[in-house]
Amino acid sequence: MSTKISIQHIGKIFGEGSHQVEALKDVSLDIGDNEFVTFVGASGCGKSTLLRIIGGLEYHSAGEVLVDGRPILGPGADRAMVFQHYSLYPWLKVMENIKFSRRLRHGRENISEADVEAASGRADALLALMGLTAAANAWPNQLSGGMQQRVAIARALMGRPQILLMDEPFGALDAQTREVMHDLILHVHRLEKPTLAFVTHDVEEAIYLADRVVLMAPRPGRIDTIYKVPLPAEREQDMKHTPEFLRLKKEILARIRETSGMKTDQDMLDQLNLGGVAV
Amino acid sequence: MQSRPGTRSRRPGMWAIRGPLSRRQYWLFAALGLLVPLGLWWMVSSGATVDKVFMPGPVDVFNRLVKWYMEDDLMSDMGISIYRVTTGFLISASIALPLALMIGTFRPVQAVLEPLTDFIRYMPAVAFIPLVMLWVGIDESSKIAIIFIGTFFQMVLMMAEDVRRVPLAQIEAAQTMGADKGETINLVIFQAAKPALLDTLRVTMGWAWTYLVVAELVAANSGLGYSILKAQRFLQTDKIFVGIILIGLIGLVMDQLFRLAHRKAFPWLHLRS
Repeated sequence: MSTKISIQHIGKIFGEGSHQVEALKDVSLDIGDNEFVTFVGASGCGKSTLLRIIGGLEYHSAGEVLVDGRPILGPGADRAMVFQHYSLYPWLKVMENIKFSRRLRHGRENISEADVEAASGRADALLALMGLTAAANAWPNQLSGGMQQRVAIARALMGRPQILLMDEPFGALDAQTREVMHDLILHVHRLEKPTLAFVTHDVEEAIYLADRVVLMAPRPGRIDTIYKVPLPAEREQDMKHTPEFLRLKKEILARIRETSGMKTDQDMLDQLNLGGVAV
Repeated sequence: MQSRPGTRSRRPGMWAIRGPLSRRQYWLFAALGLLVPLGLWWMVSSGATVDKVFMPGPVDVFNRLVKWYMEDDLMSDMGISIYRVTTGFLISASIALPLALMIGTFRPVQAVLEPLTDFIRYMPAVAFIPLVMLWVGIDESSKIAIIFIGTFFQMVLMMAEDVRRVPLAQIEAAQTMGADKGETINLVIFQAAKPALLDTLRVTMGWAWTYLVVAELVAANSGLGYSILKAQRFLQTDKIFVGIILIGLIGLVMDQLFRLAHRKAFPWLHLRS
């Protein structure tokens, strides 16, 4: 597997003067072509910031991110991003949202009639893949949260990005919808073969989807541990109950708690009781 | 509320917090809100203790309206006032819109223009009259200039805020699909802000009307505001009433037109109604 994304000694400082916060410190990671990597960690560990740096939406203060060996200089159509919410265009119907990139100069350059035909076919195909065919002419705000995220994913895939960046894309969905979305995104990953970097706070989700889980720690944001997921490439929901899955989940959760620097629930309860507060 | 087995839970009444109100009930209450003040007005003015000069009754006001229409060319007064307000408003809007897009999009533009605009908007439009007369003269453009001064600065700030409220995720999604700056502004920021911008136009249109009387202080010899001022000199209280009510009604009509345009232009925001 060749390296697709090479993150080299990335540092990121937010703010100016005395208000500076070191969000990321010396983060290095290679992500292989068509690899599925998930990022977890306590809040403030910089996982979203790292993803946004890869997407070119945030500038880094130190180091470099290489895609196919070339440093990234800003956002680009080769690295599509799916956000947690509010990213669809409410004034465009579902189909128009998916075809949005066709309105852009970038999408029109060097494009023949045949390509336009093919693009329309691709939009239909993506719609079908996402199970949205019946909703093609709906407004986004007529759809449920899960459907909206499917539109967002289809739209991101429309331009055939080599890299798909997902920032807690299912964070606002209910548990059942989330499971459906997991199998859907795995299907997309097999079919379209993008390199996938996925940020989440749900450890189970992180393990189920990924080839590797990257655990980050806060203050300053850094990579703590990288776990290779010991599951077959073809994932099934039942695997969530296997001993190796549960063991890894427990291990990651424990490590997140250790790195977060926050008190455990028991400590908090003890403290409340000492203070004479009835719990 | 507890529901016992076997009984259906009660539909919340209109006095429940944020309770429902049917369309018929809505218009019933709206009519009540208009008719009760009218009735009170009629009662107060028909009492023997109140001098007609202080408080003309609805009938007097209506008679004055008819007289104004028949003898004093009400339509041209209305026409010129509508012309002044709309022109001042349109000039204001067409300059404010691109400026607001720039302020809401580019931080340096915001830094240059926003504190300045914030400062100017607190200056009273009335106080600009001598300057406007000096610089613009006393013809039609001076009245339009006053309306412009009264609305423009508020409008820029409110529109800039509308532009700034466009969700960042919508902008960033476009950027990761390959949109350049111009495309991001045209195809995302402007489109996303449009409904809020139209609402801001609707609100500032109302303010433009409130500056009409001020504008027609400047060497006018026609218009609703001017007629009100002239009626004041001759103590024609009923005519003042007519002028004020007409300005209110025209404002109400324009407001409804803006709301209609909003429903037609942005159907996805009005799906449930």
